[in-house]
Amino acid sequence: MRSLDITKKGIHDIHGILDIHFASRRRALSALAVGACLLVVRPATATPDELIVALRETFGERPIRPGKVKLDLPRLAESGNVVPVTVSVDSPMTERDYVKSIHLFAEKNNLPRIFEVQLGPYNGKAVVSSRVRLAITQQVLAVAVLGDDTLWSAAAEIEVTVSSCG
Amino acid sequence: MSRMGKARVRVPERAARGEIVEIRTMVDHPHESGFRHDDMGRPIPRHIVESFTCSYNGREIFRARLHPAVSTNPYFMFYAVATETGELVFTWTDDQGGVATQTAKIEVT
Repeated sequence: MRSLDITKKGIHDIHGILDIHFASRRRALSALAVGACLLVVRPATATPDELIVALRETFGERPIRPGKVKLDLPRLAESGNVVPVTVSVDSPMTERDYVKSIHLFAEKNNLPRIFEVQLGPYNGKAVVSSRVRLAITQQVLAVAVLGDDTLWSAAAEIEVTVSSCG
Repeated sequence: MSRMGKARVRVPERAARGEIVEIRTMVDHPHESGFRHDDMGRPIPRHIVESFTCSYNGREIFRARLHPAVSTNPYFMFYAVATETGELVFTWTDDQGGVATQTAKIEVT
């Protein structure tokens, strides 16, 4: 039940998240003078609630089950600017049984959505790699939509040493 | 207007029919998130690649929708089943109307 844990954990951590917001706003004000790369208008990170909203907007109330999906990303990234990520889904990619789309989300980025890709049997393998920006230490969530419209997921925690400005 | 730059793709020149081939793609683009500020503290406007597609002999086989959290010079690797000799067309479109295209030929035996 890891994919459900991410949302529950998010709700329980909400006070910690808000603390980060206020701290970052104070830092942003002082950083204006030195022109540091910090966020001023928006809070530093999305709240896990925004992730939940994005998931609902994308998938409605359909259950997102853990399994079938493998999410490869480093446990530790020195820079959050260019983090390699690979999502693989266990699927034969036949006309009867294939992956329609893969969606990647960042729990605490400014915007939780990272990318969505559309696939089909013509891909042969349900695998996609990219490079992404992760603002801070957080969980990343990959959701795959299968041809039968079931949703499968994997989550991974990544520690980001130097924040991305993305 | 747009700083859509050079696009690079790597597709095998030859493949056996039915073989699953790896496709690597990258476009030179700032993919500016809109969340950064310059040295004077002014916000740097968002300028991102919004979509990337690949078609194989006219049939779309891959489509990506990108958000600001994709890194500068967006990179994607994916797979395709080599079904017939032909051409792959890659298209990137950004939020200022910039378009980049690249093509690659594949010989299937």
